[in-house]
Amino acid sequence: MPPPRLPDRSTKAANTPYRLPPPLFSARCKACWFTAALLALVVASFATLNLQWGQFFSLDAARSMGRFLGEFFPPDTSPEFLRKVAVGTWETLAMSALGTLLAAAAGLLLVLPASRLHAGDPARARAPTRLLLNALRSIPELVWAGLLLIAAGLGPFAGTLALAMHTSGVLGRLFAEAVENAPAGPADALRAQGVGEVSVFLYATLPQVLPQLMSYTLYRWENNIRAAAVLGVVGAGGLGQLLSFHMGLFQMGKTSSVLIAMMALVALVDAASYLARRLMSR
Amino acid sequence: MSRSPSLPAPLRDPAWLGRVFWTSACLVLLWPLMVATEFRPWIFVEPGNLKVTGQFLRSFLPPALEPEFLWMVARESWRTVAIATAGMMLAWLLAVPLTLLSTRVLSVSALSGRMAAMPFALRQALRWLLIVLRSVPELVWALVFVRVVGLGPTAGVLAIALTYGGMLGKVYGEILESGETHATETLLRNGSSRLQAFSYGLLPQNAAELTSYTVYRWECAIRSSVVLGFVGAGGLGQQMDNSMKMFNGGEVLTMLAVFMLLVALADRVSAGLRKALG
Repeated sequence: MPPPRLPDRSTKAANTPYRLPPPLFSARCKACWFTAALLALVVASFATLNLQWGQFFSLDAARSMGRFLGEFFPPDTSPEFLRKVAVGTWETLAMSALGTLLAAAAGLLLVLPASRLHAGDPARARAPTRLLLNALRSIPELVWAGLLLIAAGLGPFAGTLALAMHTSGVLGRLFAEAVENAPAGPADALRAQGVGEVSVFLYATLPQVLPQLMSYTLYRWENNIRAAAVLGVVGAGGLGQLLSFHMGLFQMGKTSSVLIAMMALVALVDAASYLARRLMSR
Repeated sequence: MSRSPSLPAPLRDPAWLGRVFWTSACLVLLWPLMVATEFRPWIFVEPGNLKVTGQFLRSFLPPALEPEFLWMVARESWRTVAIATAGMMLAWLLAVPLTLLSTRVLSVSALSGRMAAMPFALRQALRWLLIVLRSVPELVWALVFVRVVGLGPTAGVLAIALTYGGMLGKVYGEILESGETHATETLLRNGSSRLQAFSYGLLPQNAAELTSYTVYRWECAIRSSVVLGFVGAGGLGQQMDNSMKMFNGGEVLTMLAVFMLLVALADRVSAGLRKALG
């Protein structure tokens, strides 16, 4: 007697089984929690800030805003003021260039203690140097400028040093990472001959990473031109100082010329960096 | 070694002339920069200046830790985060419609050959608007709005909203256009509306990248909302500016520490979220 035929379990249903869409909220849905937290943060922010929308959107404010914007025209184009703006622009450029240069020098000085040079390197100075670099980096240029104004006085010198402080934090870290990631072969070959650490760095590691360090420095210079343009609003020289000075005196024509110069400078830098990148990547 | 042993090694660096020339050329070029920036490091060691700086630095220790002051710092830190969040929310509200209107992928006329003239002009105009919004630094927007709405967080929120609106709009557009647009095009060709094509084709494809960029910008907004406080837009920056002007080093030190903690925390949160998004 043949065994009773069992129903064939492997046959598939003719239609795909009907499934409900997932519920809108379930405790395991990370995106739901993310959205809920985001909503809570946004609502709490708007609720606690007591923003003066009424004042901003009232007819009165619209009128004063219109008057304010109207005063920007025409920009002041008298030759002596344009000369002042040109001096401010040159000051901005000089601040950013010198600040970046100082930062690159500081970064090069700090790169040896900040990196683990070979696998057996105890690198005792690495953690404290990285901490210093992080501290330098996490304080924005403008805050550095505010702090340095007390020691260096009003003017572009404080701005230059502020840029140098923040940028040396950024560049030091980038340099250290470039050095740690450089191919170890040439350095190990010299080290095996008993060459000292500094000579190994100068003759093996630095020539390898120099193009990368240059490109980091140029990139930071580009950023610093933008930063230097506004740094002056706390009194640290350049176009920003002219801007806050004339805006404080409500000389709107002059303010608008300074604003135009600032935007032109930034646009010029953007265009130059775009062109340089295209030329180099070709 | 291919060099024959009879040839003696050069006694001095054969490239020394070039090196000396380029070093002195750099120094000559550096001189005008130093003049323009009034580079005078010796003013640090002038006796009058040294005294003031020394006093200020000495007043850093001990850091101010009175309960009321700490409470005030906590409140202002929250305001800093709130200014950044509210500004980002408004920037997002500004950026989303501008992105939808300006992205080339959602153009119906571009499906068959060139985009028609009017839509092209509209898209180009919106792109220029985004560039203008983005190219004015937020600090300048804040200076302008402080004049209009007075000191306080409103100016900071508006400044962040405008600058970051421009940035978000531009980068959202780039993200949408850089991906694979086949699904969206198919939807559009088969008669779906632009909004449908966006929400069923473009958005699911790019949602993770868009969110990740927005979170990263939120982190940047926290940093810049501290800076905005220096021109009177409220938050931690404004208090820091006040304490610096009063030479109260202890308060400055506490606030700097809190600020660094805040930035590190935002960095962690944003990095974690972006990692989860993949």
